[in-house]
Amino acid sequence: MLSYVVFTLTLCGIYALLALSLNLIWGGIGLVNLGLAGFFAVGAYASALATGAGAPVLIGWGAALVVGAVVGLVVTFATLRLRDDYLAIVTLGFAEVIRLVALNERWLTKGSDGISGIKAPLKAELGLQGFSWFYLGLVTLIVLAIWALLRRLDLSPYGRAMKAIREDQQLAAFAGKTVLRFKLQAFALSAAIAALSGALYAHFQSYVSPDHFQPLITIYIFLAVTAGGVGRPVGAVFGAYIVVIFLEATRFATEWLPGLQPVQLAALREIMIGLALILVLHLKPQGILPERIPKAPLPSNPSA
Amino acid sequence: MTLILQALINGLMTGALIAVPAIGFSAIFAVLRYPNFAIASYATIGAFAAWWANTTLGLPVIPSLALAFAVTGVVGVLSEETALKRLRDNGALIVAIASIALNLVLENIVRFIFGNDMKGYDLPLARDLRFGELRIGPQQLQSLALSVAIMAAMFLFLRYTRFGKAMRAVADNPDLARLKGIDPARIAIVTVFLGAGLSGVGGVLIGLDTSIDPLTGYRVLLSVFAAAVLGGLGSIPGAVVGALALGMAEELALIVVPATYRTAVGFVAILLMLTIRPRGILGERAS
Repeated sequence: MLSYVVFTLTLCGIYALLALSLNLIWGGIGLVNLGLAGFFAVGAYASALATGAGAPVLIGWGAALVVGAVVGLVVTFATLRLRDDYLAIVTLGFAEVIRLVALNERWLTKGSDGISGIKAPLKAELGLQGFSWFYLGLVTLIVLAIWALLRRLDLSPYGRAMKAIREDQQLAAFAGKTVLRFKLQAFALSAAIAALSGALYAHFQSYVSPDHFQPLITIYIFLAVTAGGVGRPVGAVFGAYIVVIFLEATRFATEWLPGLQPVQLAALREIMIGLALILVLHLKPQGILPERIPKAPLPSNPSA
Repeated sequence: MTLILQALINGLMTGALIAVPAIGFSAIFAVLRYPNFAIASYATIGAFAAWWANTTLGLPVIPSLALAFAVTGVVGVLSEETALKRLRDNGALIVAIASIALNLVLENIVRFIFGNDMKGYDLPLARDLRFGELRIGPQQLQSLALSVAIMAAMFLFLRYTRFGKAMRAVADNPDLARLKGIDPARIAIVTVFLGAGLSGVGGVLIGLDTSIDPLTGYRVLLSVFAAAVLGGLGSIPGAVVGALALGMAEELALIVVPATYRTAVGFVAILLMLTIRPRGILGERAS
């Protein structure tokens, strides 16, 4: 039971990173990324392949960050000058293409067999139990670090410029903000965080396969960010913990239902998840921890 | 040469099938201004409704199709009114996200009832027609004819009926339409009924070609989006042109890339089109 709790909390941390990634661009600059699962996969495979080729784990995670950012730039480049719903469609397509590549390019990804035996850092030294605790601590620390970073960003002039773009990009452009560059930077950073989350997942499971990157993950994260509070990093983290716990709870809840096929139980869980997201959007669109709009700072030199 | 010609013919056939749900998607987008991801589940529901009518009631293809249209139209209107309508004021992206969740719910209701197994329609097997080196399946020809008939009906509806004209007016300029006494709420309901119904019919046409399972609609979702974006988001003739272009691009690409990458062609097509001509082939608005 204890190891199950440790496992669940580690997963919470990994989803919290994805939620922070989505919150950065959706809550921050008003773009959506329906391809989170794709960036998650890119990071997982990047790190798995890099460490599989002999690189240390930290280099693998660095590779995930870089590859994630670069892929993010490539995906958004064509769409950013357009209306935002185009980006939604393109990112959805991107995730599907990544899944197809992972499934079909056996020379690189071993196809549906997946890559197994991914290095688990310090597992040999700490033993199975020790490793679980160590990894939980590590993931939690990384979540805290990224959260602190994004909170700073949120409260900085950069964060205010992002939110200005979210509210009215024409006005922001008129005020001298380089809208396109802000969007590209935010998307690249967000994609990098999602990729890091994938890398953490890969080394936690020691195994990745295309099955791990279903579009469902993207829906989980939208549920997390919506429930937690769009536009506030702590809301995203909080939302991710609630959602993972809710997901695990539905697993137990469906076990109590007699006389149903396994496929029906799985379907029921997904129905509950979809209904939860719709309900949250209707009842609490601002989330449990709504965004706080800080007062504009007084200009330091009013005459300038 | 035969290879390319055969690919173009196949592309025309698959394009015509994609065109039907793409028109549905575009109609909803043009009037309500949000991309509705739930059309994937509408297509699946249509496919299963027609399958049920065909195998359980023993109905032939055309009555089954009509039933699928009615069932998905009603499901679409009910879902729109209960799950999406109140979110419209919060912006297109929120409704789009809610429609993804709605899609998940509906798709899994189908899975709950029918399970994950593939199902086939009860149709007589027929030999391919041969024209020299080229071959065409009679089933494909029938689907092509149905698709063309549905498109023609849609155009006549939009061109000559009061509701069709009102829909075009709302799509063109909602404020002006309201000033002219058109009730946007009624137009929204008719549009969603038509859009969802056409997605359902599209699901049946795709199912007639192969077999169906709860992911039937989701598998064509990207192609439908790609067709709509290629043709110009929100333009109904654009959806048809986009679908035909995409169908042929997919089949031609299959000559050089493995068949598993079929949906990736749609993605690449969207990216290329957005880079070169953001308005799409027939679209007017870019932003």
